[in-house]
Amino acid sequence: MTGATLVEKGAETQEAVQSGIAYSEFRLGNGLEVVVIPDHRTPVATHMIWYRIGSADEPRGRTGIAHFLEHLMFKGTETHPAGEFSRTVAELGGEENAFTSNDYTAYYQRVAKEHLATVMGFEADRMRGLTLTDAVVDPERDVVLEERRMRTDSVPSSQLVETMTATMFANHPYGHPIIGWKPEIERLNREDALSFYRRFYAPNNAILVVAGDVTADEVKALAEATYGKAPAEPAIPVRLRPQEPQPVAARKVVLADSRVQQPMLQRMYLTPSYSTAKAGEAEALDVLAQALGAQSTGRLNKRLVLERKLAVSAGAWYSSTALDDHLFGVYAVPAEGVGLDELETAIDETLSEVMRDGFTDAEVTRAKTRLVADAIYQRDSQSSLARSFGAALTTGLSAKQVVTWPDAIERVTTADVGKAAHWLDKKRSVTGFLTGEAA
Amino acid sequence: MAMTMVVTAPARAAAVRKVTSPGGVEAWLVEDHTNPLIAMQFAFVSGASQDPSGKPGLTYVLSGLLDEGAGPYDSTAFHERIEDLAIDLRFDADRDYLTGSLKTLTKNADEAFELLRLALVVPRFDAEATQRVKAQVLAGLRRDANEPNAVARNAFAAAAFPDHPYGAPLKGTLETVAALVREDFASQHARTLGRDSLKVAVVGDIDAERLALLLDRVFTGLPAKAELAPVADVVMAGSERRVIDLPVPQSVIAFGLAGLRRKDADFVPAVVMNHILGGGSFTSRLWTEVREKRGLAYSVYSSLAPSRHSALLFGATSTKNERANESIQVISSEIDAFARNGVTADELDKARRYLTGSYGLRFDTSTKIARELLQAQLDDLGMDYFERRNAEIAAVTADDVARVSKRLLDTAKMLVVVVGRPTEG
Repeated sequence: MTGATLVEKGAETQEAVQSGIAYSEFRLGNGLEVVVIPDHRTPVATHMIWYRIGSADEPRGRTGIAHFLEHLMFKGTETHPAGEFSRTVAELGGEENAFTSNDYTAYYQRVAKEHLATVMGFEADRMRGLTLTDAVVDPERDVVLEERRMRTDSVPSSQLVETMTATMFANHPYGHPIIGWKPEIERLNREDALSFYRRFYAPNNAILVVAGDVTADEVKALAEATYGKAPAEPAIPVRLRPQEPQPVAARKVVLADSRVQQPMLQRMYLTPSYSTAKAGEAEALDVLAQALGAQSTGRLNKRLVLERKLAVSAGAWYSSTALDDHLFGVYAVPAEGVGLDELETAIDETLSEVMRDGFTDAEVTRAKTRLVADAIYQRDSQSSLARSFGAALTTGLSAKQVVTWPDAIERVTTADVGKAAHWLDKKRSVTGFLTGEAA
Repeated sequence: MAMTMVVTAPARAAAVRKVTSPGGVEAWLVEDHTNPLIAMQFAFVSGASQDPSGKPGLTYVLSGLLDEGAGPYDSTAFHERIEDLAIDLRFDADRDYLTGSLKTLTKNADEAFELLRLALVVPRFDAEATQRVKAQVLAGLRRDANEPNAVARNAFAAAAFPDHPYGAPLKGTLETVAALVREDFASQHARTLGRDSLKVAVVGDIDAERLALLLDRVFTGLPAKAELAPVADVVMAGSERRVIDLPVPQSVIAFGLAGLRRKDADFVPAVVMNHILGGGSFTSRLWTEVREKRGLAYSVYSSLAPSRHSALLFGATSTKNERANESIQVISSEIDAFARNGVTADELDKARRYLTGSYGLRFDTSTKIARELLQAQLDDLGMDYFERRNAEIAAVTADDVARVSKRLLDTAKMLVVVVGRPTEG
């Protein structure tokens, strides 16, 4: 695991300018980490609070509680009754929302900069002051069940990915869906939510990220006056999840559903993430995903779509930002009349070729150019930058790693990418077939 | 809490200026040299409403073919060039427009604009690329065939606009897309992309002089005038409930009423009305009644959807089959109550505060600013719109909202399309 380097409390705020992103980081006395990313082009601020708690930290039998709690965090505190925070944000002309992942839960508001103090006050208040009644918990459980029906239960391709993920992780809690399994969501209650909340929501388990028309000194003063008053929680559990053993057998999942008119093939591999990889390895996997999977110029598209005409599209992805080993994926949509078995064979041949011969320098340079340029494009969006820092810091990375990422990508060699391709050993994989035919 | 109404224009949009190239191409420009990148958005009046009879999907597929080989480059060479320079170039089509967006690092601007020129002016429509893109669109159509939201979208359009291009499926059907040939694309391209309907917005690291040169290089090769087919103005057909059977646990409910065109004198009051009814996420009446109080849905909204030849007040939600009818009843009765009783002074005040206060959030990235600059041109709102807009919202009164709600919110005329297996109740 990569150790985060943090400036200790009381140290001068440091402003680093690397790869064009200026940021500051410091820590409050109660343990809250703070990152400030100034962007003075427009008088807007993005305020985010990130908790180091996600669905992979849930107690057994309570899947979905991290996400359910995220919904319930809008239900009021002792100081501010239900709805007051959202009404205030709206009156201020702000936007807000929240999201939950395997490894983190985050809440944000985007407001005119003069309202930053107000939203920080509210957010700090609900860090420790949440109150819940069954009258608000019960309808919200129905809302989450509707969310699950909308995102998963009505969508066969989502059901396939959910099943593949559950198959991949035999031991690690990454195997259960972030939203939770339906029978467990149905049983989540007020006490589950509050005990989870009390255990994990505290300044020393959180990261404040503020991007926009602000200075580090302003944010520091505001943070001290709001979050600074929240007591630390001395008993935050260390995030030691059951780890996934190295897989030894290729697995296959077939979802056959009469609703499916367009078959598809998905595959995922267990791979290191930025947090668990050896130096440079995750960067090489990032370049691999691009060289292999880019929409028009990637190797999979070249072999399967352009040359062999077995697929209408093909690509790859790498879920790089995770606390523990996570996933690398490839997918393809078959051309008309091509069976999924035939498509799978062709994918395996393409991947074998890559493992044997690697990529050309031109392919690797092209992939790196795109990744580095996307990082520059991202600087245009303060909320996107804020997300990058939050996701990195809640998954064991440092702010410095975020800003030096383009340099690290530049250092990846053609040989590194070829070596990274060896993670795509079929024994590490789950293959999913989505088909309309009876299995 | 003391709050002042924000009526100032977003600073970055207020710096907009018009650039006219020597060849007569106009663009709205906001210069910003903070980051070494340029974002451009543009649109031609075209879109699916220009699809010839019997060829729905033509313009949509055409938009996907422009960057699949052009000038000296076949598809692979073109895409490698794009990737080697890390350019973002996309084309799309909706019902009224064929749109494009270009994002480039400043250092690659000349090459980026040249690739854009090739794609717009001399696309090749090679047989290989045409077959491949058609196959991709067909795969998308098959994927959408039983996707509840896509089914609802198409069914709603068909019911709302029978015998009008707006009622045809934007992406075509399996049959119509399969039947498209090279000549269809070539003639649609030659006929509909004219400089007379072009609008351009540019934001970023470029000055007016350089932009003017690039505008001429890119666009002057296009015909001065498009030959567009006339499209009739149309009012949506309503007063109907359609149920489309699909074996899913949740019903998608799409609902709509005739809305207001952008130039209607009541459009701005309608924006305020819609915000209170179903536009304001986390605070609207529909949100409160459908989601917060009853837990009927994860998402429920209404929105104003003006187009060049019609206008809708459109909304949607998704509720488990057993409670789908309850959702429809709650939505209908909220709309009825709105028409009957109007809004409270407090609701009006909060809506105006939100709509004016949040306006600046639309201007915090180059691409978002370019989108706003383009939309204001398409809607013919004038360059001073960004400075006027908040004052127009702030001037809306409760009487204005009452008037517009009586005009629009008549549930007897509502069209409701349900996709799923709603049970009686």
